[in-house]
Amino acid sequence: MAAHLSVTVNGTVREADVEPRRLLVQLIREDFDLTGTHVGCDTSQCGACTVHVDGKAVKSCTMLAVQADGSDVTTIEGMASAEGLHPLQTAFWEHHGLQCGFCTPGMIMTAAALLASNPDPTDDEIRHAIAGNFCRCTGYQNIVIAIRAAAAAMRAGSTAGAAS
Amino acid sequence: MIPAAFDYVRATSLDDALARLAADDGAKVIAGGQSILPLMKLRLARPETLVDIGRLTELQGVRRLPDGRVAVGALTTYAAMIADPILGHYGLLRDALPNIGDTQVRNRGTIGGAIAHADPASDMPAILLALDAEVVARSATAERTIPITSFFEGAFDSALRPGEIITEIRLPGGRDDVGSAYSAIEQPASGYSIAGVAAVIGARSGDRWGLCAVGVTGVGEHPYRATAVEQAIRGGASVADAATHATDGITVASDIHADREYRTHVAAVQVRRALEAAAARLG
Ligand SMILES: Cc1cc2nc3c(=O)[nH]c(=O)nc-3n(C[C@H](O)[C@H](O)[C@H](O)COP(=O)(O)OP(=O)(O)OC[C@H]3O[C@@H](n4cnc5c(N)ncnc54)[C@H](O)[C@@H]3O)c2cc1C
Ligand code: FES
Ligand code: FES
Repeated sequence: MAAHLSVTVNGTVREADVEPRRLLVQLIREDFDLTGTHVGCDTSQCGACTVHVDGKAVKSCTMLAVQADGSDVTTIEGMASAEGLHPLQTAFWEHHGLQCGFCTPGMIMTAAALLASNPDPTDDEIRHAIAGNFCRCTGYQNIVIAIRAAAAAMRAGSTAGAAS
Repeated sequence: MIPAAFDYVRATSLDDALARLAADDGAKVIAGGQSILPLMKLRLARPETLVDIGRLTELQGVRRLPDGRVAVGALTTYAAMIADPILGHYGLLRDALPNIGDTQVRNRGTIGGAIAHADPASDMPAILLALDAEVVARSATAERTIPITSFFEGAFDSALRPGEIITEIRLPGGRDDVGSAYSAIEQPASGYSIAGVAAVIGARSGDRWGLCAVGVTGVGEHPYRATAVEQAIRGGASVADAATHATDGITVASDIHADREYRTHVAAVQVRRALEAAAARLG
């Protein structure tokens, strides 16, 4: 029995008819063709599939598409804007926060959720926040550095915005 | 991995969910999905119908009851509990909640789901045992209150009956003359407790250790109250001596992460640490 659902993905309303067992990550990757969201483990462990649902970081392999009906979903494709890359994307690039890049979309989505609630996290807070995102390449050090740098850039950006 | 096919309904109210469960033996509820979906993907669970209670706001949030106790709605997530000012007064919750799962799991996983699932290594059960919590469960026809000490019956087995939904969990109101703490040793890959211990202590009728409650998870077939430790403390034993009774009468689990001898040892260590930390908070 197919279910009809409607979700706002990166600001655009998208509709689909799906089986109830369809996972949110399949909806995003296969129905909506947004393949930036990755599947690493498919067992709720690695965080490569992390997206935001109504502003909260969730593992999209561990949520049904129908559970997201009516929600606002943001994926890595929704992070850059007309002005360019998101400060987290720029910082990961500049600080070598990725090697193969497989974990990066999920890592950036989790980091973005952290910075939304805590604009100036300590290294410990960053490490605690990304504990559900595994990286097999970098050893995490540069990821932490990149998130810290993005936080600083975003704070500077928001003060600049407030001043102008 | 894709679950076996099922029908899905999103409940419009608690009564709607209860009616649907009563009408369909093959129906199960889904809350945050952090336990049931992994099981369904592995096809270890194959419900015919999922009744989604995830959006029922009537089961979300923390409130103080007229008698001073605190009621936590079954659908309150770990993240919401961490942010809640009332729950912030409970030392053992401050210790435990930020270390359960990870950011994403804490955003979806609920307290009701955690205890209904009755995982023998889950953290919340030990905490609720030490707090002498009450579980409120409702069916289409009745509501009952289950003391947490008779809730866990086996691995993944609880006193909850088919057709019942947990609506809230009631905790004693925070008191200044009570100290509590949670101490756990985790399996590094999964984060689940090899031995997790919650301790609540407080003065009762002039006796500094008159109240002593110890909940243990990860060690036995299901989370349990370490009554032998509590009795030893009340009988005047030192914390170190009392802790040696951590697994009295318990069949201690043994697996690839921790054999029986090691788990028995770390259970006693965690009991000692939790009691010491609770006592330190009591001042
Ligand atoms: C990666 C990962 C790491 C984790 N780490 C930890 C950890 O370190 N410590 C720990 O304790 N737990 C851990 N968990 C487990 C997590 O705490 C539970 O999965 C979660 O709290 C369950 O809540 P839920 O709302 O997601 O339940 P669901 O998965 O929706 O439901 C679980 C079960 O409970 C039933 N149920 C749910 N709500 C109710 C209700 N109100 N009334 C009656 N029945 C109900 C469902 O029918 C189902 O059988 C982890 C999980 C994951 C995926
Ligand atoms: S793919 Fe979802 S957590 Fe690994
Ligand atoms: S960059 Fe390769 S897994 Fe993180």
